[in-house]
Amino acid sequence: MKRLRFTGFFCWFFIPMLCIMFFCSSGICAPQEIEEIEELAPGRKMARQATKRRQLWITSDHSKHAILEQEFASGPEVTKACLDCHTEAAMQFHKTIHWTWLDPNAPEGAGIGKGGHSMNNFCININSNEPRCTSCHAGYGWKDNTFDFTDQSKVDCLVCHEQTGTYKKFPAGAGNPVSESKVFKGNGKTYDPPDWNAVAQSVARPTRRNCGTCHFFGGGGDGVKHGDMDSSLMKPNKSLDVHMGMDGQNFDCVRCHSTKLHNISGRIYSTPAVPHRKSLIEDDLIPKIMCESCHSATPHKAGEKPNDHTDKVACQSCHIPHFARVNPTKMWWDWSKAGKKKNGKPYMEKGPSGKPVYHTKKGEFRWAKFVVPEYQWFNGSIHTLTARDMIDPGKIVKVSWPVGDRTDENSRIFPFKVHRGKQPYDKVNKTLLIPHLFGKKGSGAYWGDYDWKKALAGGMKAARLPFSGEYDFVETSYVFPTTHMVARRDDSVKCQECHTRNGRLADLTGFYMPGRDHSELIDTAGWLLVLGSLAGVLIHGFGRAFFASRRKEKNNDNK
Amino acid sequence: MTTNNMVKVYLYTRFERFWHWVQAVLIIMLLLTGLEIHGTYALFGFERAVELHNFFGLSWLTLFVFIVFWLFTTGEWKQYIPTTKKLFDVIHYYCIDIFKGKPHPIRKNPDAKHNPLQRMTYLGLAAALLPTQMIAGLLYYTYNSWSVWRISTYLNLETLATVHLVIAFLLLSFLIIHVYMTTTGHTITAHVAAMWSGWEEIEEGAEIEDWEKARVRS
Repeated sequence: MKRLRFTGFFCWFFIPMLCIMFFCSSGICAPQEIEEIEELAPGRKMARQATKRRQLWITSDHSKHAILEQEFASGPEVTKACLDCHTEAAMQFHKTIHWTWLDPNAPEGAGIGKGGHSMNNFCININSNEPRCTSCHAGYGWKDNTFDFTDQSKVDCLVCHEQTGTYKKFPAGAGNPVSESKVFKGNGKTYDPPDWNAVAQSVARPTRRNCGTCHFFGGGGDGVKHGDMDSSLMKPNKSLDVHMGMDGQNFDCVRCHSTKLHNISGRIYSTPAVPHRKSLIEDDLIPKIMCESCHSATPHKAGEKPNDHTDKVACQSCHIPHFARVNPTKMWWDWSKAGKKKNGKPYMEKGPSGKPVYHTKKGEFRWAKFVVPEYQWFNGSIHTLTARDMIDPGKIVKVSWPVGDRTDENSRIFPFKVHRGKQPYDKVNKTLLIPHLFGKKGSGAYWGDYDWKKALAGGMKAARLPFSGEYDFVETSYVFPTTHMVARRDDSVKCQECHTRNGRLADLTGFYMPGRDHSELIDTAGWLLVLGSLAGVLIHGFGRAFFASRRKEKNNDNK
Repeated sequence: MTTNNMVKVYLYTRFERFWHWVQAVLIIMLLLTGLEIHGTYALFGFERAVELHNFFGLSWLTLFVFIVFWLFTTGEWKQYIPTTKKLFDVIHYYCIDIFKGKPHPIRKNPDAKHNPLQRMTYLGLAAALLPTQMIAGLLYYTYNSWSVWRISTYLNLETLATVHLVIAFLLLSFLIIHVYMTTTGHTITAHVAAMWSGWEEIEEGAEIEDWEKARVRS
């Protein structure tokens, strides 16, 4: 009787419970139910709440200001009009990296920043090349190293604030728009002088287009530098970027890059965007620059495994499966191939993507679309070489690299675009070299005279750095954190893309990861044991069958 | 050659059969999902494999608690008391006599279900291998709480995973041999049928010696 009760309990209670647990855990429920449950992912809910009722109000209509109706002949004249009311704006702006192009947190004179001696493996450095590079400077007239960084009227308010979309700085005009129509030979486009009154009266908070004018075209073209930022983000849809998608939240850049006194939040060279990852619930005055700001550190449903990953894996690693998902991005730039001419003339050759693969001025390029990022430990800080740092030309030189390691609690596994290429270095001084690229024939500039020695001497002289005269080319790499182009939830990286033998994280060593790591010895021994058992029982079984049939024959014979 | 009459005895109670077969399914599913998590092949997809593995693992743990409870309350644990008596006879039987068609040196009986070799094997499984595997699995499952529980300095995921894997290989090897051994009854399917119905056919008049008995009847 007792036994029967115990068994009965099992049959009627344990089995159905097991079944219910199985079906619930394996998600074989009605699809509608799943949808409802997944809506409740707390990180999503929180972020939605935080952004739901956004109301911006403005108490000034700039088209009604008399000061903006006067006749303007140049940018600085407009700036003076702006400063008439916004008295502190230029002084605030003067302290930011958008003006100095130097890391404000680096020690005085360290020259960290593109306005100093920091290098990259695109056009390398701005020294001696200012008029071309500073077409992306939010200022007017930075044409060489005599530019006056204290002149308030040289701040370009319009490039960030005008909303007509007609304001264009001339690509080689040191940040100035043209005063009369002019064709830029580099792209064949005609640049017209701006309608100063219209652009000045249109000002508002910066939109995606204002920021994108420079940041989508860094390196001199669409998608050249960043893999996760290009012109496709001007009017993105949700599947390209869940935050900026015009069919969704339609965020502007400054929605996350929240700004204080013209300081736009974000990483600046080795200074992380924020010292600590916090949510707005922990501190409502933090910039909204981190995913955690709005989504918290455990945004997934309670008990879901991804929540266990957020201490070591950045949100971006799973939620940005590929970068350059619409337009190709440059992955390789070999300066050593520059200088080849056709019929004595410089030429350009386009590849299958419609992007240049060779340019006499610049060398060889490679482009890629839909790129799987490379993953590295990252605590928010990137170290960048300057033209003064010693390098080892025997190896691939890292011009910049993410700082961080597994033991650092601020570090996460983070996705990067790694741009590789070859660039000149000094064989005697063992430093990277700054070439004088932009200039007319006879100026010593590479793009005028195609003479590396002269170009490198000119660039290093302008940067006030030594050059031995001996140069060669070295392979280098440069990193960009991938943080935009956040994909829709369903498109995020699947577990098995990393938890597999040769997956996305195959190169990250120093820790055990299920599915990726295994000991050849244990596996071999284990399978030998299993196969041995199988062989053993098979032999035993055949032996039994064999002897049984022999006995049968014997019995038959005896009969 | 003499043929003894076969009689049917009720050897395996309902709960015993229930846990045996559920455990069998759980072990097979755990091996299947576990080896996928190890990276040996792709079947369910890593995420689903982990979910299933956790589910089956926790189910087994729950079932195991009931099994142990049952073993102790019914006194059936005595079936697992190890002995070396006739152990070598059994080994000799499986190595040599079985090919000659000789009878098994130990007869099954409700009071002595297991031969000495089975006792050793099952005791080793139930008392050592399975609990170790379950503890290792539980620790693996709770990896993210290690630092909160202040045990992360004493544990290493790689070592733990290796222990879990080695036992998994041992269990897979056991499974193969165990399944094969079911074919060594008087017919190929006799033992499996007995584990399904509870009734095992044994030769009439088999003597059970006192030392074999699990239950001492009053």
